[in-house]
Amino acid sequence: MSELAGWKSIPLGAVITEPGNSRERFTGDWRTFKPVINQDKCTRCLRCWVFCPEPAISIVDKQHTSPSGRVWKNTLEINYDYCKGCGICVEECEPKAIDFIEEVK
Amino acid sequence: METVERSLWKRLPLSSNYAIAYAAKDSDVDEIAAYPITPQTTVVEKLSEFIANGELNAEMVHVESEHSAMSASIGASAAGARAFTATSSQGLELMHELLHIASGMRLPIVMSVAARALSAPLSIWGDYSDVMNTRDTSWITLIASSAQEAYDSIVQAYRIAESVLLPVMVAYDGFMMSHTYEPVFVSERSGLFSKYIPRKEREFVLDVDRPLTMGAVANPDWYYEVKYQQVQAMEKAYEAASEADLTFKGSFGRGYGLIEEYSVDDADVTLLTYGGVFGTVKQAVDEMRESGISVGAARLRLFRPLPYKELKSLAEKSKAIVVLDRSFSNGVQISGPLAIELSSMLNSYKMSVPLYSYIIGIGQRTVTEADISKIVSDATSRRSTGKSIYWGVRE
Repeated sequence: MSELAGWKSIPLGAVITEPGNSRERFTGDWRTFKPVINQDKCTRCLRCWVFCPEPAISIVDKQHTSPSGRVWKNTLEINYDYCKGCGICVEECEPKAIDFIEEVK
Repeated sequence: METVERSLWKRLPLSSNYAIAYAAKDSDVDEIAAYPITPQTTVVEKLSEFIANGELNAEMVHVESEHSAMSASIGASAAGARAFTATSSQGLELMHELLHIASGMRLPIVMSVAARALSAPLSIWGDYSDVMNTRDTSWITLIASSAQEAYDSIVQAYRIAESVLLPVMVAYDGFMMSHTYEPVFVSERSGLFSKYIPRKEREFVLDVDRPLTMGAVANPDWYYEVKYQQVQAMEKAYEAASEADLTFKGSFGRGYGLIEEYSVDDADVTLLTYGGVFGTVKQAVDEMRESGISVGAARLRLFRPLPYKELKSLAEKSKAIVVLDRSFSNGVQISGPLAIELSSMLNSYKMSVPLYSYIIGIGQRTVTEADISKIVSDATSRRSTGKSIYWGVRE
């Protein structure tokens, strides 16, 4: 483990001087259950994207063709570096396209 | 006053509340968060008058509670403003969690506290229960004993706060000082204190062009070190308070020290207290000395950080110390807050001065010179008090 800064070199009062540095904090290891999007059932309604508090859902410019032959221009992907496994997306998904799989036993 | 031009000052009859309002005006505060509570209310009333009259250019923020008053002060101070607020009693209690946040965020807010008893039973009258409850909030705490000192202490408080980046509260007796009038020298012209409390750039203030986050979470790897920064700041505050008082005296002719002593050098018994009751105590000392009792008195002016050097020097020249506290911590034998501090200090320096702890003036129970004399004769009939004595409580 690398040496952490001592009290003399920490910005006074724990001020964070760099905006947006929460991206350096990977919260993915908080997870017990892992949401997995079933791309065939997903209707791209973006409710998961709206409700994800992290946000850990990305709209990716990647084409997907469903078994019925429908072609989607975009794919929704979960960023597991930040997904805390809160399950809100699973709860909000109308077509029940997100499975919630236990990762830690 | 000899060294200073009289033309710098005008002498007004002021309550300590009004003296504090004048001091906030003369300190050129930028923001005042105001919520009324007895006996503080006339502080912010007067400040509101100054703003309405165009005598003070500041933002008066009317809030819906003291919790919001301190929150507004934190916001204003974080944005770089010179923030002021005032409160008492339940108001100070309602602010409590924010007091830790103000000091933790290292904001140089100054607040005056007209010290008042706590409910229940409801009491609007004076004692120091509210102030003593803030002991562990990392606020620097000055306790004044006259309206003039209240005025001067607010100005000094900004110098201290802005030097070590901790908030400062200036306490004084609710009613006995907040509502009684004394002659007070206040600044004749604006800007008298601009060199004494110059506008300084702070390293961290909220600024849209240089975004930063204050008061964020610190996990177990970081919290301890950040709190330790406050420990270091509080240690520096001792020097800063000393310096602020000495420099004030040099520039303006008035100084108080961190402990004020009165006839202590040859005394058999030394009374130690804080706040406005010191006037009564000094009068009692004079009367006792006239009747041949060798007694002296001292007054603590800086409660946090506790001035160990001055207290130790007082203890070294004292044969017995009687501590008069206007508050108590229920459930311990020595229960007066200052007596607890003194007991701890005597023990840590292995000093064996007999310590007597008396609780007085609770909920503004009247304390007269006769009470002080009787306490001294009561104390001299004992080896020590061991437990605090609740003076004058009816059986």
